[in-house]
Amino acid sequence: MSLLEVEDLAVHFGGVKAVDGVSFAVDQGEVFAIIGPNGAGKSTIFNLISHIYQPTRGRICFDGADITGSKPQDMARLGIARTFQNIELFDHSTVLDNLLMGRHTHRQSNFIQDILFLPSVRREERLHRERVEEVIEFLELEAYRNKRIEGLPYGVRKIVEIGRALAIGPKLILLDEPASGLSVEETQDVAFWIEDMRRDMGLTVLMVEHDMGLVSQVCDRVLAVANGKPLAQGTPHEVQADPHVQAAYLGTPEEVAV
Amino acid sequence: MRVVFKTSYDRDIDLHEHGLDRGKMLGLVGLMILLPFLVNDYYLAEAANTLIWALAGMGLMIAVGHTGQVSLGHAAFLAIGAYTDAALMNAGVPFLVAFPLAGLLTGLFGAVIAIPAVRMSGIYLAIATLAVFVIVEELILLLEPITGGVSGIAAPSITLFGISFDRYGELHNFYWLILAVVILVTWGYANLMRSPTGRSFLAVRDSEVSARAMGINVTRTRALAFGLSSGVTGLAGALMGHYIGFFNYELFSVFISINLLLVVTIGGLGFIQGAFLGAVLITGMPQVIAILRDGLNASVGVDLGSIPGLDTVLFSVILILFIIFEPTGLYGRWLKIRTWFELFPLARRDMFRRHKTYLKTERMK
Ligand SMILES: Nc1ncnc2c1ncn2[C@@H]1O[C@H](COP(=O)(O)OP(=O)(O)OP(=O)(O)O)[C@@H](O)[C@H]1O
Ligand SMILES: [Mg+2]
Repeated sequence: MSLLEVEDLAVHFGGVKAVDGVSFAVDQGEVFAIIGPNGAGKSTIFNLISHIYQPTRGRICFDGADITGSKPQDMARLGIARTFQNIELFDHSTVLDNLLMGRHTHRQSNFIQDILFLPSVRREERLHRERVEEVIEFLELEAYRNKRIEGLPYGVRKIVEIGRALAIGPKLILLDEPASGLSVEETQDVAFWIEDMRRDMGLTVLMVEHDMGLVSQVCDRVLAVANGKPLAQGTPHEVQADPHVQAAYLGTPEEVAV
Repeated sequence: MRVVFKTSYDRDIDLHEHGLDRGKMLGLVGLMILLPFLVNDYYLAEAANTLIWALAGMGLMIAVGHTGQVSLGHAAFLAIGAYTDAALMNAGVPFLVAFPLAGLLTGLFGAVIAIPAVRMSGIYLAIATLAVFVIVEELILLLEPITGGVSGIAAPSITLFGISFDRYGELHNFYWLILAVVILVTWGYANLMRSPTGRSFLAVRDSEVSARAMGINVTRTRALAFGLSSGVTGLAGALMGHYIGFFNYELFSVFISINLLLVVTIGGLGFIQGAFLGAVLITGMPQVIAILRDGLNASVGVDLGSIPGLDTVLFSVILILFIIFEPTGLYGRWLKIRTWFELFPLARRDMFRRHKTYLKTERMK
């Protein structure tokens, strides 16, 4: 059964058709990638799914319900978590606090109870902390737990952002270029983590990625887009072999010849 | 160097992760409680004034330092608090009811005006809050039967359970009352910042788009923060009214708003401690300038008192110097000095090399 279904999705910014008629479905437990050249509209598709943009046309269904027209802040509660291409962490807080912020949808207390810090708030904090520690252990972030984001290396921030998305406890996780800017070793770690997310956590993963090595290694299916339009869909191997996709990346055969 | 070995999550959840810190805090509170026995009435009144400013500073810190909402209108919330409390007490409502009610009403007012303003940020929000200030000032004049209009209003003497807390008659008691309010608010504020609500404030401050992705309702969070901020400032206003005794709208000028912004910026944006350090500086500065002025006059014969607006110029110069050289404020400076001593002799100069990151509030997005 498909967890996420996108039908004829389109968004136009003035004259720019950033996304124009994209359809795909991601199955429960699948790792699905969207690839395409720069400016193809991949991040825009993510912004549409996470409802930062409202689509000009089309439908988004998640977990059997039509969620088109929801608010961005409803996504976490539905079980959709995401990372951002240009890392959007809470820079002045520690890694631990960033991950705890991911637990927001699970909070039970209201602000008056928080101000009084009732015993129930403390109990809840312990539970949040336990969940967050699982994420820290999973992503091996122990050494950075109490470090503030602003001083951390790029690679670590990227991983913290994945951690924050995991702390939400989602069903679907959207990763926008999880390996960009990472070293070969770090990329390999990301590959293992994605495998574990699917296998051990039962997560469904939708990612945008330029690194075809990583895509071939972890993804079941791939959608290629260019200029906001879908080009091809299939296994990583099939999509890479598709002439349209090759043309989009390399220019048309004639151009290559010149 | 001190290494804290943590044996349970509670160590991170507690307000002080180290017993020594808790001891120091208790020592400080103890000293503040004993202050009436240590200094004369003049300095005790000054200390009371500083505490009121620290309270108002904490109010503004919630909005500016912790949620990234700049406000130039907080003098309006001081005014609403002061007038509500005084008017209620003049109508026979006891302080024990009038005072919390003043905070509550100011908070509700703040939250309500925050709702249309929440989509604004940076300089736009600052201007909008300035407009609110102007409107409130006009309202005070219009509501003459309650506020006394231009001639002003008296804040009645406080009596609780038969004990007098009169500002002049029983200054000790009045001081302790203010101290109790400040301690309670500080405790609540610190609690807030270690709980989900406080974290949602920080999230909204640092990245709205991410905050939404975490499921945080940005509009509601900002309105809540602004409401709490106004509420605490309203409490400070009520106390300020009692401290002054008799006041009219001129007490709450736009310069008060600016001074409050100085308190939080110079003190250290994003630190509760910053509100206190800033308040000490702002209320202490006129004293220091007066002493300097007298000293210069006596020794060199230069009369600085003849230069009008000297205090304002000095304030401004200090603010500018802080923004350029120490954007983390007095509290940030203190943290560095402390780290240097803790690591001595291992501290290196470039450890404190500044990462050029500003809070969104400072960048006036
Ligand atoms: N808010 C917006 N307003 C106007 N144009 C936009 C907006 N968002 C995206 N676009 C345009 O949509 C197109 C697709 O952008 P998008 O960021 O989705 O590309 P991408 O596939 O993620 O590229 P990259 O690989 O570089 O990340 C670009 O031409 C971009 O300029
Ligand atoms: Mg992109």
